[in-house]
Amino acid sequence: MDQSRKIRVLVAKPGLDGHDRGAKVIARALRDAGMEVIYTGLRQTPEMIAAAASQEDVDAVGVSILSGAHNTLCPRIVDLLRERGMDDCLVVVGGIIPKEDIARLKEQGVSEVFPPGTSTEDIVKFLRANVQPRT
Amino acid sequence: MPEVKEIVTPEQAAAERWEQQTLEPALRKSPERKQKFETVSLDSVERLYTPADTADIDIERDTAFPGEFPYTRGIHPTGYRGKLWTMRQFAGFSTPEETNRRFKFLMAQGQTGLSVAYDLPTLMGYDADSPLSEGEVGKCGVAVSSLADMEVLFDGIPLEQVTVSQTINAPASVLLAMYLVVAEKQGANFSKISGTLQNDILKEYIAQKEWIYPIRPAMKLVVDTFEFCTKHVPKYNPISVSGYHIREAGATALQELAFTLRDGIEYVQWGVDAGLDVDEFVPRISFFFNAHNDFFEEIAKYRAARRIWSRVMVERFGAKNPRTWQLRFHTQTAGVSLTVQQPLNNIVRVAIQALAGVLGGTQSLHTDAYDEALALPSDKAALIALRTQQIIAEETGVVNTVDPLGGSYFLESLTKKMEDGALDYFSKIDAMGGMVESIEKGFPQREIQESAYQYQKAVERGEQTIVGVNKYAMEDDDAKYDLLVIDEGVRDHQIERLDQTRTRRDSGAVVNSLDRLRKAARVGDNTMPATIEAVRAYATLGEICSALRDVYGIYEEPAF
Repeated sequence: MDQSRKIRVLVAKPGLDGHDRGAKVIARALRDAGMEVIYTGLRQTPEMIAAAASQEDVDAVGVSILSGAHNTLCPRIVDLLRERGMDDCLVVVGGIIPKEDIARLKEQGVSEVFPPGTSTEDIVKFLRANVQPRT
Repeated sequence: MPEVKEIVTPEQAAAERWEQQTLEPALRKSPERKQKFETVSLDSVERLYTPADTADIDIERDTAFPGEFPYTRGIHPTGYRGKLWTMRQFAGFSTPEETNRRFKFLMAQGQTGLSVAYDLPTLMGYDADSPLSEGEVGKCGVAVSSLADMEVLFDGIPLEQVTVSQTINAPASVLLAMYLVVAEKQGANFSKISGTLQNDILKEYIAQKEWIYPIRPAMKLVVDTFEFCTKHVPKYNPISVSGYHIREAGATALQELAFTLRDGIEYVQWGVDAGLDVDEFVPRISFFFNAHNDFFEEIAKYRAARRIWSRVMVERFGAKNPRTWQLRFHTQTAGVSLTVQQPLNNIVRVAIQALAGVLGGTQSLHTDAYDEALALPSDKAALIALRTQQIIAEETGVVNTVDPLGGSYFLESLTKKMEDGALDYFSKIDAMGGMVESIEKGFPQREIQESAYQYQKAVERGEQTIVGVNKYAMEDDDAKYDLLVIDEGVRDHQIERLDQTRTRRDSGAVVNSLDRLRKAARVGDNTMPATIEAVRAYATLGEICSALRDVYGIYEEPAF
């Protein structure tokens, strides 16, 4: 991708869950890897997340969710991004996501799901390989 | 240290001789496996501990006997020879009906106390029908929106006899009120009701982050429960000062210890400032610690906690009642240490962590279920977790003597190191003006974030091993586990009961009681009587919290 533009990522915490250890570790790891990271803070609705993604013109949204509400919240985030015309914006999800749900989330437009135990390096690699180059 | 030549003690001379004659030749032949040996908190551990490492510990002053100040060796003179710890498994999911069924199952299996997990809407003070509750009802715990739910939750469970622990914080005073009203309806006498309310709001701002109001009014609500319980529910523990969540958020063992005890000091100070007598309310303050993987570090943490607390109560608050000096605590094994990969390995982790809690002298214990990195515990996994405690209690023999590891050079020196480290943190926090001020400045939050990041890096460099994840990993584990799945219909079920409740109740009484609560909050009266009245009128959790939000406002997390 174009070296002049850094990858921009929105790290988002939807739902009522307050467990932000993962979100904050990822945010810092992506920053250390040279990306520009915006962290939404806690308890953002899908609407707020999509609005922030569009306003910040990000390449990817990283959703951290540990409460079990992923099936409700993730597809809505994808849909709202598409409605805003952000067709190339990746949506990746990290947290406690049962295996059975991963395939369904991907069908609904989630690019990748990172289960517990994923190294931050793998997430960095995935984003570098999959973010659409911009001109 | 002044620059003077140190006098070599006979112990040091002996150690030097050992190093030269025995150690060095051995190291030349076979070097150690790695350069540095570290705990899971990334704290360095020496090769060997000798009497030289405990030279500054005065046995009479610092270690003493169990049941005596400063309680390093435990608060009971007979340890577990008299009474075992309470086996208290945290449970809650789906509807109050479902959780009531699980409670009865656990009690039938020999569990000796109950512990309620509430779902996220309840923890945040929202009713099941709030738009913010969508997707979350009954997921992380049981959904309770009004007294009607609480009545179902404890149906057939005599609250005068069973002790119940409730994990609830921001809206704790409301859930306490619901609990008391249910007990009252069962015919129980408040003076006989025992149990524990987590009610530790400081650690919410620090780590767990389920808050509603700004810090200071939230602290006022906590003090209201202290005052109310001291007067009316004297056997009830109105707070469980919790390090568990601080640790899970990434803190080291030392940070968990230091921030938790400093939180405890803050609560005592606020109680004293409100005119409560230290020796009357502090004996009902309990603590809650994590049991993580590093065995000795954890045991040292619990022993240091008791020693620090007793000294602080005397030195800082002039406490005279020995019960004020005694730190009692609950322990839960470290959820964060459980792996999704090869989940049965978690049974072993939990057993070892639980053993640390027991060797540290815990008063009650929750052992995590092996499937908790995947979902809420299934019946089978919950049962194995309880059996793990029963095996430790009844098969291993570790309960036969009090503080079996006391006197170990390593453990005693680690206990001292924990104590010194915690006191250093206290000085820093005191210099900021106290715990509330240090949280407002983001100090503990930043410390924890930094530790979480350093640990993640150590795992990724392979310096910290997680079996089955960064070592001994296996290709996709195809084993099938029967996980607990929460039915998406739970929310509808809960909304239906809410609708019925709202139809049946006397709405005039609800409005009046909420007005009285607003008024009590506004003028600074104790909010508990008005909260109980609102609960009795079947005002919902969301309505009561909204009334308080009207007066107190809401907390906005600053960016750190």
